[in-house]
Amino acid sequence: MPERILMTGNEAMAEGAIRAGCRYYYGYPITPQNEVPEYMSRRMREVGGVFIQSESELAAINMVMGSAAAGMRAMTSSSSPGISLKMEGISYMAGMELPAVIANVQRGGPGLGDIGASQADYWQATRGGGHGDYHLIVLAPASVQEMADLATLAFDLADRYRTPVMILADAQIGQMMEPLVWKVYKRPADLPPKDWALTGAKGRPKRIIRSFFLHPGQLEKHNLRLQEKFALIRQKEVRFEEISVEDADLVIVAYGSAARAAKGLVERGVDAGKVGLLRPITLWPFPQERIRRLAGMGKDFLVVEMSAGQMADDVRLAVEGKARVGLYNRIGGAVVTIEEMAGKADRMLSASQGV
Amino acid sequence: MARTYTRPVVLEDAVTHYCPGCGHGIAHRLIAEAIDELGIAERTIGMAPVGCAVIAYDYFNIDMSEAPHGRTPAVATGIKRARPDCVVFSYQGDGDLAAIGTAEIIHAANRGENICVFFVNNAVYGMTGGQMAPTTPVAAKTTTSPYGRNPENEGFPIKVAELLANFDRVAYSTRVALSSPRNVRAAARAVKRAFLTQIERRGFSIVEMLSPCPTYWHMAPENALKHIDESFIKVFPLGVYKDWDK
Repeated sequence: MPERILMTGNEAMAEGAIRAGCRYYYGYPITPQNEVPEYMSRRMREVGGVFIQSESELAAINMVMGSAAAGMRAMTSSSSPGISLKMEGISYMAGMELPAVIANVQRGGPGLGDIGASQADYWQATRGGGHGDYHLIVLAPASVQEMADLATLAFDLADRYRTPVMILADAQIGQMMEPLVWKVYKRPADLPPKDWALTGAKGRPKRIIRSFFLHPGQLEKHNLRLQEKFALIRQKEVRFEEISVEDADLVIVAYGSAARAAKGLVERGVDAGKVGLLRPITLWPFPQERIRRLAGMGKDFLVVEMSAGQMADDVRLAVEGKARVGLYNRIGGAVVTIEEMAGKADRMLSASQGV
Repeated sequence: MARTYTRPVVLEDAVTHYCPGCGHGIAHRLIAEAIDELGIAERTIGMAPVGCAVIAYDYFNIDMSEAPHGRTPAVATGIKRARPDCVVFSYQGDGDLAAIGTAEIIHAANRGENICVFFVNNAVYGMTGGQMAPTTPVAAKTTTSPYGRNPENEGFPIKVAELLANFDRVAYSTRVALSSPRNVRAAARAVKRAFLTQIERRGFSIVEMLSPCPTYWHMAPENALKHIDESFIKVFPLGVYKDWDK
């Protein structure tokens, strides 16, 4: 039987990255993700990798850009205010088509906010976050095991599509300890070769990595190609977990920490009807088609999130007015509770029976 | 007839977008010559900045990357750490290096990253139309210092070669001028020395080049060169501020 070990989410994510072959980590301290740079500073030495505590989040993301341009698996992590700083580099990397992994262990905002668990960076993460027309692939772990698994998957997705991938966790998932089992990592055999990486132009034409296209029409062409890539990702990479959705009257949609509470409610049940859970694992691409289909089956939705109705926007877009979409949320670093969620679910179910 | 003067091999046969009399052409040529002479073209990776040299990758026949404005030394760090056997250089202007990218250059220097920085100081933002730079001399008029740079309001010009020489891990820091045949020959030696510093793994090197911008200095190219020798070098004295071998 595989060994179960106890780790924090942040450390599991760091170790997952190393097992996926990440040998370049650059970061700047910020709570609640300090376990990641601390772990990396220790482990990178052991595995012959590079760790730099950079002078800022700006420098960190740009060091990631450099190592990614050189063809290596590189990563940075931060928390909300630090992620805002990284957005410049993230936009560049989307334009330069550089694969890299950025982890955001979210805390409360706006501004310096607090250090509590929050999901208030949903819009920033799922809409791209920086300037220009682009998306990040956004992965939302809901357990320590998933911190490890999705860190590994993030590098494969980044390499497959030549695009930055964000792991969107939060203070709770990052800080808590849970048992996890290490799976043997196998690099997918069909990942495209990095025939664009800067290695020195030996015996081949020079390579240029850029996001700058000055000649008329060039940038539109570049953007159309990027959009084709995003369309392919939308088509192929949607991931979600469902619990008791098929016979539910009310489907709770929640991710990360909020989904853990929602799972508790689904297991316990509510008096007024049947509840199920749809937990997006990819926030972008969002499981829009699945939600649309469930709406067509007559189910209503309760979005549970630790932000001011951000993911609720995506659920409303998905149902196209065919279902009721309720919201139960806490904001500013406060966490959702099963009791409050149960009350909201009961009210929605009772109201629909009354109609 | 024997050819005595040719274009360096790694310099592309391209018409550049630089203004007539601009110093970037000289700086490009010196870098290309040094790469040729040292035989390192196949393992050199260059960084183009944001500024007038933003498409420098069109002019060098080597692997190159762009970088966000001022972040060039951080991107160069990421490349060099990933490919320590490659020769990595960062090409930056005064706005890029001494304003928006101050943190990145200071810390790359302080870590002693084994990279070369070629710093083209022409005391003005050329790409955006002639605004004040961190290296603009006192009283000089630009589009954003129409009454002349006033130290009471804008501070004094930043002296980068002197500043970076203070860091223990900086191996080589020098200031040269692209103004006269004599100064250009000295600049060529400095560029080559910077590359050698990296090849011998001595650490961080920077060559600050005082460079003419006839367009935004509002001078004929010839007068811009004279202006460097007669006035600019009084603000920015030429010299070697740090050399690992001395």
